[in-house]
Amino acid sequence: MEDKLLELEHVSKTFSGGKGKTVEAVKDVSFTVYKNESLGIVGESGCGKSTIARMITGLTAVSSGKILLEGNVISGLNRREQREVYRNIQMVFQDPYSAISPRMPVGTFLGEGLVHFGIMNRKEAEAEAGRLLEMVDLEPQLADRLPHQLSGGQLQRVVIARAISIHPRLVILDEATSALDVSVQKQILELLVRLQKEFHLTYLFIGHDLAVVRSITKQICVMKDGRIIEKVASASLLEKAGENYTKQLLSSVFSVRE
Amino acid sequence: MKVYVKKALHSPAFLVWTILAVILILIPVFAPWIAPHDPIATDYSSSMIPGNAAYPFGTDQIGRCILSRLIWGGRTSLLIIFWVIAIIAVIGIFLGVLSGYMGGWIDMIITRLTDIVMAIPSTVFVIALVSVLGPGLHHTVMAMSLVGWTEYCRVSRALVLSVKENQYVQEARMGGLKEHQVIFRVILPNIVPYLLVNITQDIGAQLLTLSGLSLLGLSSQPPTPEWGFMLSEGRKFIQSAPWLIIYPGMVIVLHVVVFNLLGDSLRDILDPRYQKHKARRKELEKWQQEKVYN
Repeated sequence: MEDKLLELEHVSKTFSGGKGKTVEAVKDVSFTVYKNESLGIVGESGCGKSTIARMITGLTAVSSGKILLEGNVISGLNRREQREVYRNIQMVFQDPYSAISPRMPVGTFLGEGLVHFGIMNRKEAEAEAGRLLEMVDLEPQLADRLPHQLSGGQLQRVVIARAISIHPRLVILDEATSALDVSVQKQILELLVRLQKEFHLTYLFIGHDLAVVRSITKQICVMKDGRIIEKVASASLLEKAGENYTKQLLSSVFSVRE
Repeated sequence: MKVYVKKALHSPAFLVWTILAVILILIPVFAPWIAPHDPIATDYSSSMIPGNAAYPFGTDQIGRCILSRLIWGGRTSLLIIFWVIAIIAVIGIFLGVLSGYMGGWIDMIITRLTDIVMAIPSTVFVIALVSVLGPGLHHTVMAMSLVGWTEYCRVSRALVLSVKENQYVQEARMGGLKEHQVIFRVILPNIVPYLLVNITQDIGAQLLTLSGLSLLGLSSQPPTPEWGFMLSEGRKFIQSAPWLIIYPGMVIVLHVVVFNLLGDSLRDILDPRYQKHKARRKELEKWQQEKVYN
């Protein structure tokens, strides 16, 4: 087997809903992401897949179990330690419109990671911003613009470029294409595939659309009600899907696509 | 930044109010050259003149030129306002951002402190404080600052709360920003425009408070010219020499109105959502009118 990059060991998350009620969003989830083997997580909304992403990036605390990055525990860190983790794990959110501070020019935003992780000084980062924009098929002149002057698809490209700029080990894409319309979705997916090849990125791709997730990952975890009910290789998903639920997901995808 | 400069240049309202505000500020700055007479020189031979070529706004009971006193009075009034607002804005915004961003027990302590200060009627509190400390400009500034910061604290706390849960704050942390950088690079740029509007509009409000205090004789001491205090002095002659209070009153109203409207137009420029909202309302009104006509 190849090197283990990210491991989740019996991770659970329980939210307290007030009045003593609790909601178990994630129940005893374990999986491993190997280097250069992108993993997909699919499931309907509310199945806990975004909670997993938030726990890996430390935005939500883990209730029990632990998360390891290359053998080091990265769950339950304080903010300073968490910052070091972001050097290696980056996340792209669903909504590109709310991912950039409305009063920060796109170019500055692109340079943030490079500057603050001490890779470049601000001047070099400014020049790099132009190159990053070209990398995601945008014009370098857009660097001076404010986020509201760009379209959703352009913004998501910017966010992806920023995430990749510091060459992280793992990029988490949490429904990264879901807020965009279908034609733009396809372009972004193609971009992600290209970048993956170019920079040997490992993705943790979270989505509800099996067809989309399948096209970009090697392994897929199917989630339902906070549990992983099946793990299959993306390539043999059609033949090997064992669980009824996975088949339901598959059939629902194809009935819409035809 | 560029966007706002461009918007500002295209907003006639903002330009007009800015020019007026700048003039109002420059008049007391250049008082020695503009004022026709010495503001504290008394001339008993020409007291209580209602206004002539030599004394355009008339003179008071001891023959001092009202116009000169108004021009010089701006130095006292505007300087007090400047210091008060500088002090309360810095303290209030610092505490507000701190409590909004940190949360937890820090937030609780600061919020309680704000509640306590706000529970006391501010004007009464200031009057009490000045009475204890004794009248004088320093004491006025101190007393007004002690009660004034709460508004800034509350507003900036609320603004930080509305901003800090945004995804771009988390995204910024992922970009490797440390906590203080998150505050200065991401949170402050998103709330400062609203605070600026607040500050501009507060100039008028603080001026009214100050004038109220002066009217009660609790700020500047004679013979220092000060608008509120001029009202207080002129009050005794309201029947026989109304110009003693009409002109200072008009000057105060003028300043309050100009700075309020400047704040209003500043908001239109800095807050895109507000403008959109206004445009939508206009459209709705137009549509309704058309419906009535048709």
